[in-house]
Amino acid sequence: MSANGSGPASAWTQVELARHVDRPYSLDYIQAIFRNFIELHGDRLFGDDHALIGGPASLDGQTVMVIAQQKGRTTAERALRNFGMANPEGYRKALRLVRQAERFQFPIIAFVDTPAAFPGAGAEERGIAWAIAENLVAFSQLAVPIVTLVVGEGGSGGALGIGVGDRLLMMEHSIYSVAPPETCASILWRDISHKVEAAEALKLTARDLHGLGLVDEVVPEPVGGAQNDYGLAADAAGAAVRRHLSALTAIPIARLLQERYERYRRIGLSPAQPSVKTVRRARQP
Amino acid sequence: MFRQKPRYVALPQAARATVGEEVDRLSCPKCEIALEPARLEAAHRVCYRCGYHFRLRAGERIEMLLDPNTFEEEGQDVVATDVLGFNDSQPYVTRIEKSRAETGLNEAAVWGEGVVGGHRVVTVVLDFAFMGGSMGAATGEKITTAIERAIHRRLPLIIVSASGGARMQEGVLSLMQMAKTSAALGRLAAVRVPFFSLLTDPTMGGVTASFASVADVILAEPGAMIGFAGSRVIQQATYETLPEGFQTAEFLLKHGMIDMVVPRAELPATFRQLLDLYDHQPVEPAQPVEAPVPATRPAIVP
Repeated sequence: MSANGSGPASAWTQVELARHVDRPYSLDYIQAIFRNFIELHGDRLFGDDHALIGGPASLDGQTVMVIAQQKGRTTAERALRNFGMANPEGYRKALRLVRQAERFQFPIIAFVDTPAAFPGAGAEERGIAWAIAENLVAFSQLAVPIVTLVVGEGGSGGALGIGVGDRLLMMEHSIYSVAPPETCASILWRDISHKVEAAEALKLTARDLHGLGLVDEVVPEPVGGAQNDYGLAADAAGAAVRRHLSALTAIPIARLLQERYERYRRIGLSPAQPSVKTVRRARQP
Repeated sequence: MFRQKPRYVALPQAARATVGEEVDRLSCPKCEIALEPARLEAAHRVCYRCGYHFRLRAGERIEMLLDPNTFEEEGQDVVATDVLGFNDSQPYVTRIEKSRAETGLNEAAVWGEGVVGGHRVVTVVLDFAFMGGSMGAATGEKITTAIERAIHRRLPLIIVSASGGARMQEGVLSLMQMAKTSAALGRLAAVRVPFFSLLTDPTMGGVTASFASVADVILAEPGAMIGFAGSRVIQQATYETLPEGFQTAEFLLKHGMIDMVVPRAELPATFRQLLDLYDHQPVEPAQPVEAPVPATRPAIVP
């Protein structure tokens, strides 16, 4: 049971809300929060990925670099956006854009909304794992502030591939998970119908992750969910992004990078947490 | 991910003595010939007829890769924590304890300092027998500590991967180990210390998508399955017919994702060659020199 008294049904409700077909997607937030967003295209290596978009935009007169996973609403849009599942080209385009951002000293705002990186033969052939890994290294060292906002689904390595930064914010009804609850159920319970229990066990809701200290702020959504009022949701998201960005901008870059390193370095390191009972074993060769 | 049938010939050191009969009946899963245990051992657990590479336990890998008796293990006290209170068909705590009892290891990663081809190195070996080599917070902690040792001591780093990916029972804490290990490797690269990654069967998911694939040189054993998404997941998602040899080491070499496929027997020589080329630090002797240090020699003040 999580802190707010939610049970299994509640975690699953969050999953359904995070995937709600009428939920605002990244571009809805981008258009509401920024001015002059110009989408840039292509990874200069293979192609252009419409599931992972990005480009410079203006936030209160300051240029920022926006990168985002984008889902589609209509059938045609969904096909174009590949259901928000990026190929290696998407991650490599994002890398091109954030390196550019570093050169011009534009802060980076990342919007996460993906079920997963695309599981396809072509994605494997072109090194999806390599593309994500390269981003993890690069993002951890970019000498500009990075704010990440999960707006819908934070799907595993696919989300993390643009999700390393200085602040992690989550919309109230968004989720972030090591694996989709369906996959988790089919692996651990060997039965996909256990997805509801899996969703609860994974602690994937914004509140749970905030409780675990992994999320800096849970951004409130309109009653019933962001799908009920795009304007209110975007206002809250915009306010949170501005607040965190201005705090980060005040930090000297060397300290920011050290803090970013430590932010990840300490995850899983908590002496206060009870450890699994140690069974003493003979020293391995 | 965790369901694959184990392909070990090896059992924990402690249990190995009692397993003679089972090993006698061993046959190669690829070419199906009956294998003589002694000959198989001599061939580093590679089928001497068809070249099929059996999976190795961490201890065996260290034995075959490092110069004899040079490995000093560290971080054995780092153990998994059940932060989420995860419980599927059985509690995570039970799974961990079972894995410990079965493998004689505290975690899926074993790390320490040792010598390879006369070069002092930091090495990490993942053991697939421990919860599918999955990366939990303790696993990530051990890998990161090893990387930081390599940074601190300016020692070349060798990581041998064998993993199904992130450990589901630790949720996002496990996922974030991808970022943690990668950030440390970014610092390693910045101080110009070489990192060699050996991918063995299988290396999948969050391990391939983090520390395993950002090395200066990536090597793989023949036939090893390496990738991000499992082929079953890909087929369910896309209905694609997967090409012959999909996600094998040879497939990745062809697609430019790894530098070389090296048969197990040649690995020590290959690592030696790489270290000779990349590691120009004065080579420390593997064992303390027998000759006594002259008494007149001035003390070295650090």
